Amino acid sequence: MDFSVNSPILFVLVGLIILAVLGQSVFFLVKALRRAKELGMDQKKLRHTMRSAAMFTVAPAVAIVISVMTLSKDLGLPLPWLRLSVVGSMSYETIAATNAESAMGLVFGQVTSLTAQQYVTIAWVMTLSIMVGIWLVPVLAKRLQSGMDLMEKRDKKWGDTFQNALFIGMISAFLGYVFCDFSTIFVGDTSGLIPVCVMAVSALLMVLTALGMKVTGWKWLSEYALPISLLGGMAAAIPITAWLG
Amino acid sequence: MKKNLTYMDSVHRDGTIWNLSVMGILMVFPLVVGLLFGTAPDWKGLAMGLLATAPMYWAVGIVETITYVPMLGAGGSYLSFVTGNITNLKLPCALGALEQAGVKANSEEGEVISTIAIAISSIVTTVIIIVGVLLIAPLEPVLQSPVLAPAFAQILPALFGGLGVAFVSKNWKISVAPVVLMLVLFIFVPALNAGTVSIMVPVSILFTLAVSRVMYKKGLL
Repeated sequence: MDFSVNSPILFVLVGLIILAVLGQSVFFLVKALRRAKELGMDQKKLRHTMRSAAMFTVAPAVAIVISVMTLSKDLGLPLPWLRLSVVGSMSYETIAATNAESAMGLVFGQVTSLTAQQYVTIAWVMTLSIMVGIWLVPVLAKRLQSGMDLMEKRDKKWGDTFQNALFIGMISAFLGYVFCDFSTIFVGDTSGLIPVCVMAVSALLMVLTALGMKVTGWKWLSEYALPISLLGGMAAAIPITAWLG
Repeated sequence: MKKNLTYMDSVHRDGTIWNLSVMGILMVFPLVVGLLFGTAPDWKGLAMGLLATAPMYWAVGIVETITYVPMLGAGGSYLSFVTGNITNLKLPCALGALEQAGVKANSEEGEVISTIAIAISSIVTTVIIIVGVLLIAPLEPVLQSPVLAPAFAQILPALFGGLGVAFVSKNWKISVAPVVLMLVLFIFVPALNAGTVSIMVPVSILFTLAVSRVMYKKGLL
């Protein structure tokens, strides 16, 4: 069989794997919905959660499609489709592909064709490099959760504070990241302000949505608050970049 | 005698089976491609590629697992570590869902809400990527147009602006110190950028936990 990075058999293989992973998502969704029913949770709240999660996902998912397109220039469509649907992310996969190609004397972004051997080598590097989380979660998740439960039982207030501190710690790191190019303004380059302004617009939209809910009493707005701030921030990035970029 | 499993026990059992199975299936891909096209990997290239990539990813993978599992919940963790895109999609999605539903992450209701949000997010992402792959020819010029490029380049700031307001406003006392520390570090340390933010997440979390503990002990919370 002649090899091509876009060979139909590769699409079939990747399609089957993605179907299996889709099966896992559906399995856990059904399991959680059943448990929610057993717990007597408000079905309306669950429907809101599902709608909001779906809306919130659209823009980042489209960004992932763009990443697939970018990687497909070197690797064809099936491999990036697989890597970005299962386990990976744009930054991880680009670094893995770059390192694998460079190890074989190729330059990422300038590859016109790959041999089957080069393709298999790249696929192995990308697969093996990023496998840790998949097997480590089964090893550690139960222990980590037991530790959290124990802490909660010993001191409920500290358990809640601990959980909030985890979230705040993560969010703080990303708020800091938004300012990582801020110092460019000291040399007269305003492009470092773009992410800061985008974040400010997103935050402002979140505040306005919350105020809107308070003033009008429209509780349904909460379902749309995060998608509104995300999409509004992204839309604002276009004129802000034109202005400061 | 059949042992009665709790919901959480069954999540761990099913998650383990699913994750290990998916891991096996993922390994099959390069193996089958090699068999179909009659080739082995370039062993030297494989060794050098792995050496350049794996140590960093494995270290990050271990830290991410320890850091994210308590936030994602059990079901959400098993799913997220298979479907990927955790920091830029699954975790914010779960946090937003918990916030909106008004449930605590460490309760069983929180576990259920987080799992539902991440499962829906994974399904929607998979479907959108499938549509993108099927319609790549007409979509590529639109999605990669210079007009839309700034919007997709600024997803993280747009995401964490809204999320930051929601969480910081409710936990402002424990937020001040880590936010200030991260701002100072990211502004004044040139090595800190998009590539190193995942390393700074555990640093920031440890710092926030330490500050919170001190404030808690002193009765400031």
